[in-house]
Amino acid sequence: MWQSLVDSIHNLIPWFDGGLADVVIILIKGLALIFPLIIAMAYMTYAERKVIGFMQLRIGPNRVGPLGLLQPFADVFKMMFKEIIFPTKSNIYLFLLAPILAFVPAVAVWAVVPFGEGFYIANLDVSLLYVMAIGSVGVYGIVLAGWASNSKYPLLGALRSTALLISYELVIGFVIVTVVMIASSVNLNTVVEKQAGGILNWYWIPLFPMMIVFWIGALVETNRAPFDVVEGESEIVGGTHVEYSGMPFALFFMAEYFNMIFMAMLAVLLFFGGWHSPFEGIPLLEGWFEFVPDLFWLLFKMSFFLFLYFWIRASFPRFRYDQIMRLCWKIFLPLTIVWIFVVALMTQLHIGPWF
Amino acid sequence: MEFSSILFYVFSFFFIVSSIMMITSRNTAKAALFLILTFFSAASLWLLLEAEFLAITLILIYVGAVMVLFMFVIKMLDTDKSTLRAQFTRYLPLGIFVSIIVIAQMVLVLNAGQFDLAMTGVPEKHDASYSNITAIAEQLYTLYVYPFELAAILLLIAIIAAITLVHRNESRSKKQNISEQINVQAKDRMRMASIKPKSAKESK
Repeated sequence: MWQSLVDSIHNLIPWFDGGLADVVIILIKGLALIFPLIIAMAYMTYAERKVIGFMQLRIGPNRVGPLGLLQPFADVFKMMFKEIIFPTKSNIYLFLLAPILAFVPAVAVWAVVPFGEGFYIANLDVSLLYVMAIGSVGVYGIVLAGWASNSKYPLLGALRSTALLISYELVIGFVIVTVVMIASSVNLNTVVEKQAGGILNWYWIPLFPMMIVFWIGALVETNRAPFDVVEGESEIVGGTHVEYSGMPFALFFMAEYFNMIFMAMLAVLLFFGGWHSPFEGIPLLEGWFEFVPDLFWLLFKMSFFLFLYFWIRASFPRFRYDQIMRLCWKIFLPLTIVWIFVVALMTQLHIGPWF
Repeated sequence: MEFSSILFYVFSFFFIVSSIMMITSRNTAKAALFLILTFFSAASLWLLLEAEFLAITLILIYVGAVMVLFMFVIKMLDTDKSTLRAQFTRYLPLGIFVSIIVIAQMVLVLNAGQFDLAMTGVPEKHDASYSNITAIAEQLYTLYVYPFELAAILLLIAIIAAITLVHRNESRSKKQNISEQINVQAKDRMRMASIKPKSAKESK
C-alpha cells in the first residue's frame, strides 16, 4: 500500500528520490495515526462520562449536539481559548516543557503497535523493549510539572506519582518477561502471530494471573481510579497539574488518555491475540465471521478494555497510597517472580498444552 | 547526501550541544534534563549504527530509571544558588588538576591510533532480517555466561546491601501492618464497660 503511494508521488515529482520519499512517507504514516488517535481520545472522554453517568443513574452530557455528541469539541474549544496562567516564581521554560515531555512519549509508543497483519508504522525487532523504554520516559512530564510549578501540591503529587510509576514499571516489566518467554520474541508482531488460532490459543489462559497483574499495573501506570492518588482531589487538590490551565493542561489530559488507550491496546496484543479473530479454528463460526476485518477485532477487544477502565472507576473507592505500594512490592513482585520461574520450567520441560 | 548522514549530523549536534549545556548550566534540574537529551542523542547515534538493542537499553536504564532517581534527589535539593557559588572556588585548584589529568589521558588515548577507521573498520551493514538482540543473547548466554552470572550475583548482593542499610534501625520505624488492620475485630479495640449512671442529685 505504502509502496504504491511512494511510486505515485515519484511519478508526479521526478526529483523526489528515495531518501526524501521515505521521510515523507514516515510523516504521512505518523499523521494517519495521530488524527484517529485524537478523535478516539476525544470520544473516549465522552464515552467515559456517558458510561459512568448511566452506571450512576444519570444521563451524562446531553446538551451539545444530538445526544451530547459534540461535547468533546466544546471541551476542546474551551481549552484552547483559556488563558495560560504561569505561577509566580515558577520556571517558565520547564513549566512549559513538562506537558510536552508527557505528551510526546504517549504518542511515540504507538509507532510499534501492529494494527493488523503487516499493518504498522515500524516493525522494530525490539518493539516490546521500545514500549517499556518510551513508556518510562513519560515520568519526566510529571516530575517536571511538579517541580517547575513551585507549589506544594504539585510537588507532592509528582513525588507520589514517580514512586508509583517506577514501582509498577517493574511489575509490568516482569509480566512482559513472561510473555516474551512464551512467545520467545520481543517483537510485538511475532507475539501476536504466535497467538494465532482462536480464543483458546491466546496467552490469557496460560498467563491468567499475569494478565490480572498487568491490568492492575496498567491502571496504576495511567493514574486511573481506584489508583488515582496522583491527583487525589480529597488529599492534594489536583496533583501535578494543579497550576496548569488551557492547552498545557489539555496536553497532560491527552497524554493520560493516549496512555490509557495504549495500555488497553497492549493488553490486547499481549494476552488477547491482537488482531486475530476469536473464532479461528472453530468449524462453523470461523466461516460466519470470515468477512470481519482484522482491525475490527483489534479495536473491539481494545474497546472492551477501555470500557473496563470506566467500569472499574465507577465501582471501586480510591486506594490509600501505602496500600498501593504494598500491593506492588509485597504481593505482585513476588507473584510475578515466582511465575517467571513457573513459566521457565513449563516452557523448558514442555508441560501443559500451550508450550 | 544520504538521509541517514543528515540524521547523524543532527543527532551529533544535539549530543555535543546538550553535553556542553549540561556542564555549564547552573540550574541542577536543567543540567539533568540536558543529560537526558545527551542520552537520547547517543541512543539515536547507536540506532544509526544498527545497535538497536543497546540504544533501547540505554534509554530504558539511564533515562527511564537512573535519571528519574536523579530528578527525585534534585527535587529535594535546596535551590539557593548562593551557597553553591560560595563552595565553587574552594575546589577550583583540585578541579583544574583533575581535569588536566583527564584531558591529558583522553588526548593520549585518542591519539594512539586505536580508534582510527583503519583500525576498527566501517561497521558492515546488515539486512532488515538481522536481529541484533539474538546476536547479543547468543554471545551472552554461551561464551560469556559465567561473567554474566557473576555480574548478576554482584547486582543481587548490591540490592540486598541497600535494603539492609535502610532496615538497620528497624525498631525506630513505625509502620502499619495492613493485614492486622483489616482483620481487626471490634472486641480488639473496644472494651465494654458497665458504668452505673449517676443519679441527678450526685451529678450536681
